[in-house]
Amino acid sequence: MNAVIDHHASHGHDDHHPVLAGWRRWVFATNHKDIGTLYLLFSFTMLLFGGTLAMGIRAELFRPGLQLFNPELFNQLTTMHGIIMVFGAIMPAFVGFANWMLPLQIGASDMAFARMNNFSFWLMVPAALIIALAFFMPGGAPAAGWTLYAPLTLQMGPSMDATIFAMHILGASSIMGSINIIVTVLNMRAPGMTLMKMPMFCWTWLITAYLLIAVIPVLAGAITMTLTDRHFGTSFFNPAGGGDPVMYQHIFWFFGHPEVYILILPAFGIISQIIPAFARKRLFGYASMVYATASIAILSFVVWAHHMYTTGMPVTGQLFFMYSTMLIAVPTGVKVFNWVATMWKGSMTFETPMLWAVGFIFVFTMGGFTGLILSMAPIDQQLHDTYYVVAHFHYTMVAGSLFSLFGGVYYWGPKWTGVMYSETRGRIHFWLSLIFFNLAFFPQHFLGLGGMPRRYADYPMQFADFNMISSIGAFGFGLMQVYFFVFVVIPMMRGRGAKAPQKPWEGAEGLEWEVPSPAPHHTFEIPPRLDASATRVID
Amino acid sequence: MINTYKVPKGGRCPGRSRTATTFLALPGAALWSGAAQAVNDLPGGPAVNAVNFQPPATRIAEILHSLHGFMLVLCASIFVLVFGVMFYAIWRHRKSVGHQAKELSEPLWVELGWTIVPLLIVIGMALPATKVVVAQKDTSNADLTIKVTGMQWKWGYDYLKGEGEGIAFLSMLDTGQREMANSGRPEGDDYLLKVDHPLVVPVGKKVRVITTAIDVIHAWMVPAFGVKQDAIPGFVRDLWFRAEKTGDFYGQCAELCGKEHAFMPIHVKVLSQDDYSRWVVEQKTLMTGQVDASSQVAGEASEQRSEAGGNTR
Repeated sequence: MNAVIDHHASHGHDDHHPVLAGWRRWVFATNHKDIGTLYLLFSFTMLLFGGTLAMGIRAELFRPGLQLFNPELFNQLTTMHGIIMVFGAIMPAFVGFANWMLPLQIGASDMAFARMNNFSFWLMVPAALIIALAFFMPGGAPAAGWTLYAPLTLQMGPSMDATIFAMHILGASSIMGSINIIVTVLNMRAPGMTLMKMPMFCWTWLITAYLLIAVIPVLAGAITMTLTDRHFGTSFFNPAGGGDPVMYQHIFWFFGHPEVYILILPAFGIISQIIPAFARKRLFGYASMVYATASIAILSFVVWAHHMYTTGMPVTGQLFFMYSTMLIAVPTGVKVFNWVATMWKGSMTFETPMLWAVGFIFVFTMGGFTGLILSMAPIDQQLHDTYYVVAHFHYTMVAGSLFSLFGGVYYWGPKWTGVMYSETRGRIHFWLSLIFFNLAFFPQHFLGLGGMPRRYADYPMQFADFNMISSIGAFGFGLMQVYFFVFVVIPMMRGRGAKAPQKPWEGAEGLEWEVPSPAPHHTFEIPPRLDASATRVID
Repeated sequence: MINTYKVPKGGRCPGRSRTATTFLALPGAALWSGAAQAVNDLPGGPAVNAVNFQPPATRIAEILHSLHGFMLVLCASIFVLVFGVMFYAIWRHRKSVGHQAKELSEPLWVELGWTIVPLLIVIGMALPATKVVVAQKDTSNADLTIKVTGMQWKWGYDYLKGEGEGIAFLSMLDTGQREMANSGRPEGDDYLLKVDHPLVVPVGKKVRVITTAIDVIHAWMVPAFGVKQDAIPGFVRDLWFRAEKTGDFYGQCAELCGKEHAFMPIHVKVLSQDDYSRWVVEQKTLMTGQVDASSQVAGEASEQRSEAGGNTR
């Protein structure tokens, strides 16, 4: 089992460069673990930045009337909150997990393209700076919503161009990251690690990476056409020149809908690792989980116009997109059933990662149900662009993606840092986050049903109470993430806490638990020999 | 009680004081500078702390109401079923109660079963929804056709066909409302919903609304009618409704259209046929004494367009 370490001991570090000291280690990083750490820290910074904007939104909506921001600035806050959370926080966080965990899980020495890996990370930093500085450009940040619908984008100031540029850079970074992941997973698996023995996290990321490569160029096209409409006299989307604003929405959502699965499939992967570990059982229905993930990915290409029911599609269009959207419930349901079956007759314990995973299933499924309700075109007619939609996608993106990320940090954090987190603090973080999250977003369902449109800086008096409750929940949720950073992340990074054993979780399986904690800088430098299940290193 | 709005025949709902607000305001005392105000349900508009759709005023809205109720029951049953199983497992299959892990066999019928059953449920959902989609889209044989033009940030109404043909006017938020917003201390049951000229339609008649816009995309919605349709510059789309009762009904712009997005409400006044005919005559008399209102709208529109063009910064 200690083949890897023995190898280290006998060869020392003579066959590769020593770890660079100081800043050079990070700027010139080619090691997948270092780059993973960079991605995770970057995404957490962006989470706090985007979260701060959200606090601004909720503060303004705390009571009716305009108290803190003028409506223009309010629209900038909602727009940049969306862009930062999607492109700056959630996506890079999953890439960080991929960098850290994929090579460890498949028994590879590193990612396939180490230098490209460095480039794809460092591209994100200038892009993030451009986005952050957009607020200080003439006219402020873009205020057209994260979806950047034309022709409103034509009225935006220069920060719109800057943001388009930044999104191009982020897109290039994502494509490079995806290529790296696909090549790594397909080519660098240890002998014996067949595709159908791969951990679920690898599978979900492999599928996600294909989605990214397929749709990021579509987004790039849409925003480039916006750019040329703005400056070079084209009229792709500008109705004044015969362009079609609805065409923008079609192109955008052809990217946008797979994008939301890009944000959730790796989350499914993390949950599929955590649940079996703490149920002390194998994942139920592994093969069907793989097929379900692939089905969701494929279906995600044919549902985009369910974001556009109110643009006035013909009956046949509405029906097609309604049926295809409803179909997605089937593979998603299969996943939930498989997780519950994995827990059934298990021997469960509820350490913090498991709490997040169970919380994920519970709350994400609520987001799934509201998704099912929204999939019905006639009902969506009522709920489209109301707070109901805001509630729905925060239930899937926050209670889905973000909860799984937290679960993943607690689950693999001991492997990364070599120390255990404080179980008490983990529990505080989980329970209060769960309560505040629901306090923030559950009332938004009612607001939407009652008819409050989204992206509103001000609202009729009748919506006041639920908005106030929602704001209080949001402030609490925001505070809990600061708590997480100060009392969980920082102590772990500084090595404060009980020493983590090589495998801190009794029921965990997989190659990542075959290397010591913290994982040495270089692992699996020669391909390990695996047992039949490809979860243990033999010799 | 602050209520600048004249309540129609339906009568006023009993005022509910916002005690919950007063309680919850404590943590946010810094933001809460005024005393809690009383606010009432606005008939035809939002209700205080409503947890469901606004009361329907058209057949379609009624169907949507029951369709949503059906979905809610369906989702709740699945929720209880799935999470009943999960929480039972959490309760009984724990290590701390000495439960030993037992691998389950994975027969094919299980996987097939929980693929096929949801598929059947989904089909059961799709059937009633399909009927509604078809009904919503049938804008033929309208008694009255009105063009709605979205502008930053007001609505233009042109009566194109049917009784009242030729009437045209602009409808925008009452100016006092916007000042109240800026003051940060709004009040009134119709806050942000009060307009200068409401759209007037007859009861029981099929009204076809054609939407378009002159600058950016807006969306015309009236929740009580169960309608929402984007108003897209350069394109026309349509929707229809048949109001079943007289009264006032409210909606707001539902597609982000710039900084005053929250300040371009929709107010539809549904009159009895007699009152409507009287209103039409009134408007026609007014119009003959004035510049032709429809050209006025067109003038405004082109003015707006040039403004929008010069506004690209």
